Amino acid sequence: MFDLTGKNALITGASGGIGGAIAKALHGAGATVALSGTRVDPLEALAAELGERAHVLPCNLSDGEAVDALPKQAIEAMGSVDILVNNAGITRDQIFMRMSDEEWDSVINVNLTSTMRLCRGVMRPMMKSRWGRIINISSIVGATGNPGQVNYAASKAGMVGMTKSIAYEVASRGITANCVAPGFIATAMTDKLTDDQKDKINVQIPAARMGEANEIAAAVLYLASPEAGYTTGATLHVNGGMAML
Amino acid sequence: MSDVADRVKKIVVEHLGVEEDKVTESASFIDDLGADSLDTVELVMAFEEEFGIEIPDDAAETIQTFGDAVKFITEAS
Repeated sequence: MFDLTGKNALITGASGGIGGAIAKALHGAGATVALSGTRVDPLEALAAELGERAHVLPCNLSDGEAVDALPKQAIEAMGSVDILVNNAGITRDQIFMRMSDEEWDSVINVNLTSTMRLCRGVMRPMMKSRWGRIINISSIVGATGNPGQVNYAASKAGMVGMTKSIAYEVASRGITANCVAPGFIATAMTDKLTDDQKDKINVQIPAARMGEANEIAAAVLYLASPEAGYTTGATLHVNGGMAML
Repeated sequence: MSDVADRVKKIVVEHLGVEEDKVTESASFIDDLGADSLDTVELVMAFEEEFGIEIPDDAAETIQTFGDAVKFITEAS
């Protein structure tokens, strides 16, 4: 349905479950993809699986200089960055009273500051080409809060405010900026939960199941498409009805 | 008028869609020529490209008028 032939996409956190699914969806729609992440092996494996039109650009998002260099590397590899998907994120869960500055800073730095840096890095060429798609992967907890995730929830809510402000500034230049906010998605992380734990989660979800990574990827694919040109500053909640926002 | 001024004027006219005779020495991009702050960023980007120079952000902020732009670019290139 959506055709991204000729478009170049940079995806962070592409070594993870959701990031990999996003990369596959955009690539499947015809885009050339640059896969970024910290773990090189899964990135190489994904690139090999995709075949042509796939580049591997490892990057440690806690390193500001490396983050600033990433858009340039992606432009060198692909010729442009038309679609930026900020998907990478970390958690350092801790009850608030015990949360250290380091736990706070590291999550804000990787999830929010690196997202800002990458958005800034692609803005100039997107402005010139009068076309761009920025898709930031937020989270349901950015809207609802979650005990033990003060830092993570703040970073994901911060992403929403940032994305809306960017959307305002560049809407007249053919650039859209949106968020996708996943609920509980089945990934390597949730595989570790016991059946009992999973059951407890599922009763809170009207759809009565966890989401699939490709259901997040489908939302990203829509927002990346030419058809989504009038959708900007939005947060698309993909959570099985867990929070109807 | 110098070659630099002609080239700068051409960019301003094209980018802001204004009449050439409105682009005077003292014409302010924002107050007189209807640019918004994003337009001024784009004008600076266009100047950089046209003249093969780099205009740092703090210098870009001092370029308020057509005359400022011509002066800066003449000195920089």
